[in-house]
Amino acid sequence: MYGKGLRSLSLITAGAVTLTLAAVFFWAPNATYGFLEKILYLHVPLAIITLCGFVAAGLMAVAHLHTRDERWDMRSYVAIHISLIFGIAVLLSGSIWARGAWGHWWVWQEPTLVSFLLIMLLYATYQPLRFAIEDPERQARYASVFAITAGVFVPVCFGIVRLSPAYVHPRTLDNISGNLPGRMQVVFYLSMVSMTLLWVTLWKFEMTAKHVAAQLRQLRRALGEDHDDAPARRSAAPSLSRIASPN
Amino acid sequence: MPALPLHSAGPYVAGAYVVFFAIILIYVAIMATKLVRSERTLAELTELARQRHASQDDDPQ
Repeated sequence: MYGKGLRSLSLITAGAVTLTLAAVFFWAPNATYGFLEKILYLHVPLAIITLCGFVAAGLMAVAHLHTRDERWDMRSYVAIHISLIFGIAVLLSGSIWARGAWGHWWVWQEPTLVSFLLIMLLYATYQPLRFAIEDPERQARYASVFAITAGVFVPVCFGIVRLSPAYVHPRTLDNISGNLPGRMQVVFYLSMVSMTLLWVTLWKFEMTAKHVAAQLRQLRRALGEDHDDAPARRSAAPSLSRIASPN
Repeated sequence: MPALPLHSAGPYVAGAYVVFFAIILIYVAIMATKLVRSERTLAELTELARQRHASQDDDPQ
């Protein structure tokens, strides 16, 4: 039952996001980039949560391959879906930041930007890959292999970028040089918590919706309205009929 | 590059936050549409189950 606790989680998330917005605009001081820095409290936590979501999807895919339980494939699929949505927001907010701070909508020499775009393009192939495979079991297996491989690529890619001497991207989580002092750090971590809560809420929301749809399909079958021998409609989403069992 | 003054930075900041919340709202709207579809299916199935139950009551054989 994925819907259990969804209401309380949604309320907590709404409260946390509201509190974060208030802290960002009324409490956090402006530093080097002035008022424009308010974008970083949105952009950076979003980017970190997006990448963590991709890694989490990889771990769920490992659980799928290990247990052969289709529910893990669904969890991995939804995690990648939510992370892609967050990733689009990261690219757009990053582009707006780049325009304001550096005078360009996109800076190709900036390794963090380009590597994030590469990761997004990589994950953009996830849904077409699933759609291209008709057999649901093979689709789930191949998608899990993709999720694991891409999930490993994410930290490797960003580790390499961090080591790159040519970067010009502001380092937010760099305590050694102290570029995120005092209240800014508090607001940044508050924003991290809010974005994590938002990700988890949306993931749970979509899992609940998928689970309800699966249960309805099963009910339809039980009532004889849907036939097992009817050709299944091709879909990129995991096979719903096989994940409808409780738990 | 020097920090932009508030009147110049404001539209960028507003733009970034509006884009983010618009994306989340579009996602929620799509999910709401799917929820409405599920609700409609549930109503159909409930009606079907009720009709079958009624026909069984009418014809105990």
